[in-house]
Amino acid sequence: MTDLKIDKEIDARGSFCPGPLLELIRGVKSVQVGQTLEVLSSDPGSNRDIPAWIQKAKQEFVGAYPEAGYTRFVVRKVH
Amino acid sequence: MEENRTSKMSIVLFSGTVDKLMAVSTLATGAAAMGQEVDVFLTFWGLQAFRKDQIYTNQKFSSEFAEYAEAAAQAMQAKGVKHWLETLKAAQEIGDVHVRACSMTMELFGWKLEDFDPIVEDITGVATFVESARTGEITLFI
Repeated sequence: MTDLKIDKEIDARGSFCPGPLLELIRGVKSVQVGQTLEVLSSDPGSNRDIPAWIQKAKQEFVGAYPEAGYTRFVVRKVH
Repeated sequence: MEENRTSKMSIVLFSGTVDKLMAVSTLATGAAAMGQEVDVFLTFWGLQAFRKDQIYTNQKFSSEFAEYAEAAAQAMQAKGVKHWLETLKAAQEIGDVHVRACSMTMELFGWKLEDFDPIVEDITGVATFVESARTGEITLFI
């Protein structure tokens, strides 16, 4: 996590389902292919929803990193 | 005879209470996110909820949970929950979402398409909706 370069970060904490997923989708649209995006979410639904969307959209799921009261979701845009 | 089913969620929105409007907008967003086409057919109170003069003043809740209506409205305001129409517009932004009005309800109440938020794109009959739902995978009545 420490040496992972994040090109864009979106703080969606406090936003309810499906807010964080929407933010992630918009974020992926806005970055260039090859860039990484990090979304912070406090919505427990994101733990399943975000990886499911990334898989469906055939992007690269870098990882989910739990913090106190929220999780950092990192995705790399691959197409 | 068997046609290929399309990846589509077809929703009849009959209710006009805020709790159910939120459910529909959230489901539509999830479906749009996962690449499904979404068809929303607005009838009766579901259509009324899209009237420009009611969208932001409507605070109706499902009658069987009426005693929670005020607490729910307060919680939604305190926690900054997005308005259902905003969520539905976000669904449209990320996917293929169509919202259409039931012609029978329009005629019954004497409503015009311009009475509604522009997200309501057209007026249609039930046969068109049923035909569209027939080829889809998920159909909901809310």
